[in-house]
Amino acid sequence: MEQFLEIITKPDNIPIVALLVSVIFFSWLAWTKAAKNDLQDTPDEAKMDDKVQVWPYLVRVEFLMSIAVMAVLVLWSVFLDAPLEEPANRALTPNPSKAPWYFLGLQELLVYFDPWIAGVVLPTLIIVGLMAIPYIDINEKGNGYYTFKERKFAILTFSFGFLILWVALIVLGTFMRGPGWNFFWPWEKWDPHYVGVLTNVDFSEMFGIATRLPDNSLNPVAFIFGALCVIGLYSIIPAYWMMKKNSEFIKKLGLVRYHTIAFLFVSMIGVVIKILLRLGPPVLGLNPVKYVWVTPWFNI
Amino acid sequence: MLTQLRDQFRKTDVYKSIFRHSYQDTQRNRALQIVDNVFLHLHPVRVPRHATNLGYTWGMGGITFLLFIVLTITGVILMFYYRPTAQYAYEDMKYLMNDVPFGPLMRNMHRWAAHAMVLTVMLHMFRVFLTGSYKPPRQFNWVVGVLLLVLTLLLSFSGYLLPWDQLAIWAVTVGTNMARATPLLGHEGPFGPELGLRPDNDVRFVLLGGTEVGPPTLLRFYVGHCIFLPLIAVIFMVVHFWRVRKDGGISGPDTGKKNF
Ligand code: HEM
Repeated sequence: MEQFLEIITKPDNIPIVALLVSVIFFSWLAWTKAAKNDLQDTPDEAKMDDKVQVWPYLVRVEFLMSIAVMAVLVLWSVFLDAPLEEPANRALTPNPSKAPWYFLGLQELLVYFDPWIAGVVLPTLIIVGLMAIPYIDINEKGNGYYTFKERKFAILTFSFGFLILWVALIVLGTFMRGPGWNFFWPWEKWDPHYVGVLTNVDFSEMFGIATRLPDNSLNPVAFIFGALCVIGLYSIIPAYWMMKKNSEFIKKLGLVRYHTIAFLFVSMIGVVIKILLRLGPPVLGLNPVKYVWVTPWFNI
Repeated sequence: MLTQLRDQFRKTDVYKSIFRHSYQDTQRNRALQIVDNVFLHLHPVRVPRHATNLGYTWGMGGITFLLFIVLTITGVILMFYYRPTAQYAYEDMKYLMNDVPFGPLMRNMHRWAAHAMVLTVMLHMFRVFLTGSYKPPRQFNWVVGVLLLVLTLLLSFSGYLLPWDQLAIWAVTVGTNMARATPLLGHEGPFGPELGLRPDNDVRFVLLGGTEVGPPTLLRFYVGHCIFLPLIAVIFMVVHFWRVRKDGGISGPDTGKKNF
C-alpha cells in the first residue's frame, strides 16, 4: 500500500489523479443533464436561448474562471516542485521506464500488440477516427444540447473509447505496472525480481494447431487459420451489410460511410478482443495468447 | 477635487485617444466595450444565455487557451536561463531551481500548466462530443480541434526532454522507440528491413538526429518545442476561434432563432 501511495502522490502523477476525478465528475454532470433533457420535450438549453450581453455576463464568468485557475496554478506551483532527477545517463536504464502519463494507455497496449500496432497503427487510427466523426455521424439530432436517448450508439462508443480504452488504461499503466511492466495490485509491493511464469501461446495453438513446423518454418495451416480469424472479424459487419443493404438506415448512410464506421468500430472491438485473449485465459488456468496471426512480415 | 481632476483628464486628447466611449452603463456602451477592444472582440456582442453557463461548456476551451498563454509567458522567461546543449541543459535547470529568484515558481508553473493543458483539452473534446457540437455546421472546427489536441500532446512531449535528467531521456526514449516500428518507414517495422531501412536511416533517425536520444535530439526537440510547434498551434488556434464565430457562435439547440 505504501508503494501505491508513493506512486499516486508522485508530483508528475497528480494530473492522473486529477484526470480520474474530473472525468468521473464531468461524466456524472453530463449524464444528469442528458437524463433530465431526455424526459422533457424541450432541452434545458433551448429554454436558455434568450440573448444576453457579453459585457458583462460572459466576460465576468471568464474573468472569475481565470482568477480561479491562476490561483490554483500558483498554489500548486508554490507548494509542489517540478521533478528534477539525476542527470541524463544512457548507461542507467530505470525499471520500469515509462513514457509521460498521457501516453501510458498506448504503452500499456504494448503488452497486447507488437510496437507497430500499439505505437503507430492504433494512434494513427485514433487521430483519423476522431477526425472522421463529424462526417460519419449523420444523425442530426442532439446538436447543441445534452442527450443520451437520441444518440445512444455514438455516445456509448465514444465514451467507451475515452473512458475505458484511454483513461482506464492510463491509470492501469501508471499505477499498476511495476518493474518489467509486470502487474501489481495497489496493495502489493513492486518486486524487481518478480518474473511472470506464464508461457505464451498463439491463438491457433489453443486449438492444437502449432504455429511452427518441427523445422521451425511457418505452419501454413496456422497461417491460414490466423488470416481467417483477422479477416473474418473485419468481414462480419460488411457481411451484415450485404444482407441488409436495402434497409433504409443503411441506404441513408451510404457505402463509404458504412464501411468506414464498420472498420473503425471493428478495430476498436479488436483491441478489446486481443486484451481479453491475453488477460482471460490465465484466469481460467490457461496460457495467455500472444498472436492471433503470425506471418513472415508481421504478427497480429 | 479628485473628481474634478478626473473629469478634467477625461477631456484631454490623450484620454480620448485611448478610450473611445464613456463608461456609462448603457446597451450601446456594453456593446462598444466588446467591439472596441481587440482582445474582447473575439466575442460576439450578445450570446444566448446558455453559452454563459459553465454547466454547458465546462469552460474547458477557454481554460485551455488561458493555460496556453501562461505557458507562453513562463516559457519565454525560462528561455532566458536555459541552453539546449547536453553540456549545459541540466546545470541550467539546477541553477534555475536553486539560485534564480522566482526560478522555481516559473518552472513549476510551466510544468503544471502543461500537464493541466493536456487534461483540459481532453475534457474540452469530451464536452464538445457530448453536446454534439461537431455536427453541422461545425464539422471542420472539430477537425481543427483534433489537430490542436495532437499539437498539445506533441508540445508537452517535446518539452519533457528539455530538463535532460533521467526522467526526461527515458520517457522520450520509450516514446520515440515506437517510431522504429513504423510500417515501411522504421527499421523494425513491417516491410522496413525489406526496403533497406537500418537504425541509421529510418524515420526514428530523422526524429532524433541519431540512433539514440542524444545531444542532437535535445536541440531538435528544443527548436520544435519553442518555435515550430507553438507557431503551428497558434495558427490553428486562430482558425479555431475564427470558426467558432463563423459557425454561428457556441452551439445550441435549434430553436428557430438565428444565433448571430
Ligand atoms: C489547444 C486546444 C484548444 C483550444 C485552446 C480550444 C478553444 C476553444 C474555445 C475557447 C471554444 C469556445 C467554447 C468553449 O470554451 O467550449 C472552443 C469551441 C470548440 N472546440 Fe475547441 N479548443 C481546443 C481544442 C479542441 C479539440 C481537441 C476539439 C475537438 C476535437 C475542439 C473542438 C471544438 C468545437 C467543435 C468547438 C465549438 C463548440 C461549440 O460551438 O459548442 N477544440 N474551443
